[in-house]
Amino acid sequence: MPDSETPLLDELEKGPWPSFVRDMREAAQKKPAAKDLMRQLELSYKEKVGHWKHGGIVGVKGYGGGVIGRYSDRPDLFPNVEMFHTLRVNQPSGWFYTTKALRALCDVWDKHGSGLTNFHGATGDIILLGTTTEHLQLCFDDLAEIGFDLGGSGSCLRTPSACVGPARCEYACIDTLDICHDLTVAYQEQLHRPMFPYKFKIKVAGCPNDCVASIARSDLSVIGTWKGNIQIDEDEVGKYWESGFDIQGEVVDLCPTKCMEWDAHSRTLKINDRECNRCMHCINQMPKALRPGEQRGATILVGGKAPIVQGALLSWVVVPFMKMEPPYGELKDLVNKIFDWWDENAKMRERLGELINRLGMGQFLRATGLRPVPQMIIRPRANPYYFWSAEEVK
Amino acid sequence: MARTDFGPPHYTQMLPPVIQRNYGKWKYHERLKPGLLKHVAESGDELYTVRAGSERLLSTDRVREICDIADKYCEGYVRFTSRHNIEFLVSDGSKVEQLIAELRNKGYPVGGTGHSITNIVHTQGWAHCHTPATDASGLVKALMDELYDYFMSWKLPAYCRISLACCLNMCGAVHCSDVAILGIHRKPPKPNHEIIRTKCEIPNVIAACPTGAIRPDPKEKSLIINEKRCMYCGNCYTMCPGLPLADAEGDGVSIWVGGKVSSARTPPAFSRLVIPYLPNNPPRWPETVAAVKNIIETWARHAHKHERMGEWIERIGWDRFFLLTGIPFTEQLIDDFTFATETFRTTPAFKW
Ligand code: HEM
Ligand code: HEM
Ligand code: HEM
Ligand code: HEM
Ligand code: SF4
Ligand code: SF4
Ligand code: SF4
Ligand code: SF4
Repeated sequence: MPDSETPLLDELEKGPWPSFVRDMREAAQKKPAAKDLMRQLELSYKEKVGHWKHGGIVGVKGYGGGVIGRYSDRPDLFPNVEMFHTLRVNQPSGWFYTTKALRALCDVWDKHGSGLTNFHGATGDIILLGTTTEHLQLCFDDLAEIGFDLGGSGSCLRTPSACVGPARCEYACIDTLDICHDLTVAYQEQLHRPMFPYKFKIKVAGCPNDCVASIARSDLSVIGTWKGNIQIDEDEVGKYWESGFDIQGEVVDLCPTKCMEWDAHSRTLKINDRECNRCMHCINQMPKALRPGEQRGATILVGGKAPIVQGALLSWVVVPFMKMEPPYGELKDLVNKIFDWWDENAKMRERLGELINRLGMGQFLRATGLRPVPQMIIRPRANPYYFWSAEEVK
Repeated sequence: MARTDFGPPHYTQMLPPVIQRNYGKWKYHERLKPGLLKHVAESGDELYTVRAGSERLLSTDRVREICDIADKYCEGYVRFTSRHNIEFLVSDGSKVEQLIAELRNKGYPVGGTGHSITNIVHTQGWAHCHTPATDASGLVKALMDELYDYFMSWKLPAYCRISLACCLNMCGAVHCSDVAILGIHRKPPKPNHEIIRTKCEIPNVIAACPTGAIRPDPKEKSLIINEKRCMYCGNCYTMCPGLPLADAEGDGVSIWVGGKVSSARTPPAFSRLVIPYLPNNPPRWPETVAAVKNIIETWARHAHKHERMGEWIERIGWDRFFLLTGIPFTEQLIDDFTFATETFRTTPAFKW
């Protein structure tokens, strides 16, 4: 037996957590590309720098996005990863699969690529890691055959994603899977052909717990919520109490708006719903006894993004409550207006949130026809530098 | 010509029968033990979810192994979570313990629900991206080996979400996590005039710099970097391959804490910088692993039940956080970018 070529990576096969090195090694037994990937990664571990060249445009017929070009900067050492392109494959809403579909994906990828994948990339796509330029079109054709399309990459709409929602979560106030699928299909053109100033992300969460991190990661966040009273099941409240659960300490005292009252003698839990801000804490703690109110819809927020270029932003509320019924006309109207305004006004690589920051929320509201309401702000401005339009002054 | 723009498979084709029957009609759930949820529908149907950690970077063989398990216990259905966990959905409660035993046998940790550490959202690192300042999969593996117990148990006061992004692009969107690990560069790009001249759109590169550190070099038909103004974001490299900034000594890891995305109790919040630099030390990054562990265990010792990392820190104050964790406070922790003054203290009421 020759000494291992990857002594540093081998260290990471030890320990209780599942090891990606084991997966690489398995793939390396079948695929020279996976083997060279391991060897190149070992070199990075030795030298503490990466060995991928910058970008490179590759793609499939008819699309401008969905494939990320990747080339080794040491093809002399690692000829089998000279080209090692990534395909972003559009996942089904909520990341549910039949094993039949997953096996079909594996077969296509064994035929055309390195045998290595990510389930999933950070945007939500299935990521197929590493193929050559010649195989891209063939791989796409075979993927199409089994019903899988590419996702987005580049300056375009990125693959939308959604939390598990009504498929398995009783907190869901909106049909996250359906909204995500519907928008994805409606905006195929914007998804596959980069034409925007920069990327645009849409994520759909069923409730304010926001399990897809939409508020931090998307230009347009759709977050389920409700109006009216939290539904209380008195019997179940009693059962929590009997089981020794500390209703006062773990629920009532932690309510941020202090709108709850618990009377242990009469075993009644009262909520002053007018003061509740629908934070979800009490429902999270007592899912058997409490549920969101019956009138359901979504809060729409815009502008979330990571730090590049001007700093990170969390999304801002622009529509406090929107009903969410197919075919989601009101939402699509808004999305179209946002696309138009952003496309027309943004500088290159300026995200929606940065554009609003530069031109002012007032311009955004006028362009989209949205009405200013107090829910949009935490508190009003503290400086006297504001605008009037000429008509308003008459 | 191949079919295009047909979109993803419709999700309804992928849902297990018990979900198809009870879609939108779930009544409540219980957390039976770490890694095991039980959902009950209005109809009385029950669904057990067994959550297992994964390495995210999966070989097709591993995916097939997951399929075999799902065929055996879950009627051929499986799902993944937004944090790279695998979820096995079981409608027959009597199979749950067998499934958990088989997962353990095959090396899949079962946990990551409730007051635990769940899988670390992360990016590509040296394995597949061109801009990383550190690796992703390896650092995550080293961390999860060390934090394994917290994945498998409910020893923490609240949820703890850890995320890692290997450069400031933050594909992994780590900026709102309880603990965020972010790869950073510390040296300005080194212009390669030949590549800049032939491959780059000079005005676009200049415009891409958030600090205005780049100006044209008419003599070379290239670019000059004002190194004093550069804060190593790598944005210019993304626009132009002639401006590489990766460097074995320069690159490393920074640690951010106290962010969250859920609105439960307190609003979503950004993570805040607490350790500006730790060296890359593959394959196990001992400094980073120790730093993260120290932060998590300090929080676990002091926080009230249900108090997320950021909620705890806001309660006790950041001055106290640095005291309790023993992390040295350095100049880099004081903001000097666009919205810096919002983070300065405007009251003489603070703690010693
Ligand atoms: C040529 C340039 C680039 C290449 C080749 C590239 C490559 C990649 C790859 C392979 C992924 C998948 C990562 C994963 O699944 O974990 C990714 C994700 C991502 N990249 Fe880049 N990237 C490039 C530039 C950028 C830039 C400039 C930004 C932001 C300013 C960026 C932001 C992101 C984000 C947010 C993700 C996560 C989204 C996802 O996983 O789909 N990337 N990139
Ligand atoms: C029945 C299913 C689920 C329930 C009942 C549930 C419940 C919750 C609750 C109560 C929170 C808020 C925690 C808090 O701040 O107090 C939360 C947050 C979160 N959940 Fe879930 N969750 C479920 C499924 C999932 C799944 C499948 C994922 C993804 C893998 C997920 C990812 C998250 C994330 C990322 C957060 C945000 C954490 C943060 O604030 O940073 N959840 N979930
Ligand atoms: C056009 C706008 C404004 C004008 C003309 C103005 C004028 C003045 C004047 C003349 C004083 C001095 C009063 C004195 O010392 O007797 C003063 C004090 C003050 N102004 Fe303004 N002001 C304006 C806007 C604002 C705004 C927007 C703020 C707050 C955000 C503000 C906050 C204050 C405060 C706090 C003081 C009291 C200072 C102190 O006693 O410490 N002013 N202002
Ligand atoms: C707990 C910490 C964090 C978590 C859980 C987290 C999570 C995420 C997620 C899920 C995304 C979405 C990526 C996508 O949609 O493709 C994202 C994007 C991003 N995050 Fe974080 N993130 C965290 C901390 C940070 C930190 C500390 C930074 C920077 C200091 C950061 C910067 C970014 C950036 C730049 C993106 C790209 C988002 C965009 O522009 O679309 N994140 N993050
Ligand atoms: S965001 Fe809300 S509805 Fe969606 S999975 Fe999380 S807790 Fe459930
Ligand atoms: S949802 Fe939040 S604010 Fe409303 S009653 Fe419950 S804990 Fe209080
Ligand atoms: S975070 Fe940076 S280095 Fe890591 S995968 Fe994303 S773009 Fe590449
Ligand atoms: S790394 Fe960032 S700050 Fe430095 S020159 Fe490039 S764009 Fe400007």
